[in-house]
Amino acid sequence: MKQIASFYSTTVGKKIAMAATGIVLVAYVVGHMLGNLKIFQGPEKLNSYAEFLREVGAPVLGHGEFLWIARIVLLAAVAIHIVASAQLTLQSRAARPVGYRNTPHQEFSYASRTMRWGGVIISLFVVYHILHFTSGTVHGDFIPNDPYHNLVVGFQSWPVALAYIGAVVMLGFHLYHGVWSMTQTLGVNNARIERMRRPAALVLAVAVVIGYVVVPVSILAGWVT
Amino acid sequence: MKVTLHVWRQESSEAEGRFETYAANDVSPDMSFLELLDVVNEGLIESDVEPIAFEHDCREGICGSCGVVIDGSPHGPHEGTATCQLHMRSFADGDELWIEPWRARSFPIKKDLVVDRGALDRIIEAGGYISINTGAAPDANAIPIPKDDVDAALDAATCIGCGACVAVCPNASAMLFTSAKVAHLNMLPQGQPERWSRVARMVEQMEAEGFGNCTNHGACQIACPKEISIDFIAWLNRDYLRAQRKVG
Amino acid sequence: MKLDARIPDGPLTEKWERHRFEMKLVNPANKRKHRVIVVGTGLAGGSAAATMGELGYEVDAFFFHDSSRRAHSIAAQGGINAAKNYQHDGDSVFRLFYDTIKGGDFRSREANVYRLAEVSNEIIDQAVAQGVPFAREYGGLLDNRSFGGAQVSRTFYARGQTGQQLLLGVYQALERQVQAGRVRTHSMHEMLDVIVVDGRARGIVTRNLDNGEIRSWTADAVVLGTGGYSNVFYLSTNAMKCNVTAAWRAHRRGAGFANPCFTQIHPTAIPESDEYQSKLTLMSESLRNDGRIWVPKKKGDQRSPDEIPEAERDYFLERMYPAFGNLVPRDLASRRAKEMCDSGHGVGPTRRGVYLDFTDPIERLGRDAIEERYGNLFQIYERITDENPYRLPMRIYPAPHYTMGGLWVDYNLMSTLPGLHVIGEANFSDHGANRLGASALMQGLADGYFVLPLTIGDYIARHEFGDIPDDHPDVRRTEDEVRDRVAKLVGLDGSRTVDSIHRELGRLLWEKCGMSRNAGGLKEALDRIPELREEFWNNAKVVGSDRDINEGLEKAGRVADFFDLGELMCRDALAREESCGGHLREEHQTPEGEAQRDDERFTHVTVWEYTGPDSEAREHRESLSFTEVAPSQRSYK
Repeated sequence: MKQIASFYSTTVGKKIAMAATGIVLVAYVVGHMLGNLKIFQGPEKLNSYAEFLREVGAPVLGHGEFLWIARIVLLAAVAIHIVASAQLTLQSRAARPVGYRNTPHQEFSYASRTMRWGGVIISLFVVYHILHFTSGTVHGDFIPNDPYHNLVVGFQSWPVALAYIGAVVMLGFHLYHGVWSMTQTLGVNNARIERMRRPAALVLAVAVVIGYVVVPVSILAGWVT
Repeated sequence: MKVTLHVWRQESSEAEGRFETYAANDVSPDMSFLELLDVVNEGLIESDVEPIAFEHDCREGICGSCGVVIDGSPHGPHEGTATCQLHMRSFADGDELWIEPWRARSFPIKKDLVVDRGALDRIIEAGGYISINTGAAPDANAIPIPKDDVDAALDAATCIGCGACVAVCPNASAMLFTSAKVAHLNMLPQGQPERWSRVARMVEQMEAEGFGNCTNHGACQIACPKEISIDFIAWLNRDYLRAQRKVG
Repeated sequence: MKLDARIPDGPLTEKWERHRFEMKLVNPANKRKHRVIVVGTGLAGGSAAATMGELGYEVDAFFFHDSSRRAHSIAAQGGINAAKNYQHDGDSVFRLFYDTIKGGDFRSREANVYRLAEVSNEIIDQAVAQGVPFAREYGGLLDNRSFGGAQVSRTFYARGQTGQQLLLGVYQALERQVQAGRVRTHSMHEMLDVIVVDGRARGIVTRNLDNGEIRSWTADAVVLGTGGYSNVFYLSTNAMKCNVTAAWRAHRRGAGFANPCFTQIHPTAIPESDEYQSKLTLMSESLRNDGRIWVPKKKGDQRSPDEIPEAERDYFLERMYPAFGNLVPRDLASRRAKEMCDSGHGVGPTRRGVYLDFTDPIERLGRDAIEERYGNLFQIYERITDENPYRLPMRIYPAPHYTMGGLWVDYNLMSTLPGLHVIGEANFSDHGANRLGASALMQGLADGYFVLPLTIGDYIARHEFGDIPDDHPDVRRTEDEVRDRVAKLVGLDGSRTVDSIHRELGRLLWEKCGMSRNAGGLKEALDRIPELREEFWNNAKVVGSDRDINEGLEKAGRVADFFDLGELMCRDALAREESCGGHLREEHQTPEGEAQRDDERFTHVTVWEYTGPDSEAREHRESLSFTEVAPSQRSYK
């Protein structure tokens, strides 16, 4: 425990914690996206997939228990990710109390510059997203255990779909820098892998954006009803 | 050519700083940026104004003494160039330039454009060496080292300790500096016995000095006059991670 | 002043070993009771401080930079020699010794040079063990190149950054001792005087360049590793802060100054471009391995070099020295280039330059091979001149680079002021009248790692050291003198900047006491320097206070000492009525225009004793004897 604490006490340790939790979150984002795409196979497939998720782990795990375990793990990952990033942000602010008159015009990519605010926007969106599709609190016509219906109805509203698309694009930027950054922080320094890091991060980010955005777009376009 | 300089003037670390404006009217494009400051200073001395304090020495880009931020860029607009190697032909006639010192809590301003970079020495002191007493070395050819490994170590070892990486980093992080020294020594067979304690101790010292963290922007490798790659930061991260298992 | 070189008895090859045995040792438990002050943390000072720390002494290291890593050793590009004979090309300790003696034109001390060659191998071992990334072959073993005209490949190198990498090794060793608590470093401290108590050097007075504080530090012995004085010429390849003040202040306290006129002009620097130029940038001598030096045959030829046909080019070094060609020693290459320019064949906007052409080697070896060898140098050149050396030949011109002269030291590296040891470029010892390429790093590290830490033990073991209280009259008096001097300098309120007067002094010395000298010119300079000094003290101007960073004040102190040194250089050059190495007296040349030594009258080191501000320095001589190598006329035909 003491060792973990001293490891985490350094900025390098905190960054590694962010990278490790980042892996969990990226895996979730990809898995969630693949699940979403089941919408194109029709209501039965999507709904039975949703039901399947509640049954994963049976008979060792009871109904819905896997989902709760997953939620706890994700929540912990998100918490660590956010807390570490907040601590690092404060530390960095303190490291330069007086700024420059001109911001250095050295090349910071848009993605790298928007990590912090992008992260805040994404987390706010996730709260809304859960209230919208998981608990149904802010959903006008929520039917428990019928995700296909909830999805289609939910995205038939223009503003909701647009907010979703905006958040996903933000997520794309976050992933583009984040995935590359993660490999950097975890010290991937094999020459062959190294050249692949930027392109791989780009492919992943673009794939995620397309994979998510295609759902509301299809619903708005009337391809999925 | 003519340029207008807005130079940060600050009497001491405690004093309030401000920009002062100076016109340089007889600038040769072949002058280095520091020679421009020399000329401005000669003019200031002649008119009884205290000259601008700035660090410099070798004027060939190797001692790491010099360095000012020009319009937001440490060592000016060119890549792979220290301030002393920057020539006025890089600017246009009539340019207006804002000259500032390195800005970081760990680099307190001593006067005008001069900052205290002692923090970097203390990071080296914490473990940036191989413990070998004079006279104890085996024959230099006793351990063959692959050429590629030595070349990579030398890429890291070219760091001149100027601090531009800290100056440009939005987080004022010293990761490029620290990682270059860690990688230089940890890549070589001679550096192996102290490899894990070295990285742990140097990172701890870097933290203690109050530098910010690395968010992998990569601005440091662009500002670095020796073009040291942020791949070495990945190196440091991995060695730091592995060191946790090795030293406990 | 008594000059006793204290060269050990016995055959040359056994002297150092015998001496190490005969030296008295300091009990290991007692070493921590002895404090040693080291001034300067370049290769020599830094390595000495680190090694003495390892041995157990209490060391205080002073330097005027913000970090000990910034000393000018860092700028050495080419390499470091050692007699490893890894290339199996017939090298040996004796050959390195022989080459160094011959290269120095028989004006250095055999015993010192032999020891230098002996310890050269240990330096490479030490540096590699510290992690210095010297160039290697594909088989993983160390690579060597031939350098500066040597007939064997004995030079170890790390791209064009050998000095930097060796200095980082030294710096790291020093920081390790700081961490261990054995060395205390004092950054931003400039030494302004030596404290002499009972005839022995017992401390120094420093000025803190950050806050102006002047204070005294006492110890059992003092070591100067404060570098050379090429900046006396104003424009040189030295860093801006290089100066003679520490050595000069020691000279005034009793340390004899040896051969001050032995200065080296390096042939391959980038020519001056305009009057604002603050320093000259060296291009490594290794360029001469492949590059060919030429000037247009026609005087004042204004054509672009690529328009001058082969038949109208004069490859003058190849013409004059068929055997060595472009690889003749530095002094010859420099002098011939200057002669070409003086006779109207110079090139470039100032007509002070000759071409160094890579067209042939690029055709022969390919651009890639040349880029691999010299890429970073070509880059430096292009950055400074805005010309592409792959397309057009480089322009080069000689520049002051190194000073063989310095404080006189005996075999133990102790000056004529007991307790004051001098190492590296600051002493005079090993290079005679001309230094070979890649030998400066070797000497600095030999002195600092392997010689001084042992010989200083002998000095310490043979003397008693009482404590010196802070209010000791000699300490107080020295400190007061420094205060008075600083007050005088900060009070300078004339109308000229220090730089402008320094520039004038530099130009004078470059013309009259530079690459070639004659009695008339030297006498002229001796008349003019006192006038310049007068001008300085009456008309120079220092702005700002002595309580914080004030570079103008620092510079003023250094330039003030350059006047006195410049005068001594001229006096020394005038007294040495012969030509040798870098010292060419126009009156003494062979019919072919080569340096003509006068071994009958001048096989000696000239050592100057300071006799006071208003009287001339007194000349002493240490005669040199050559038992192993018979002096011969250098010939590079």
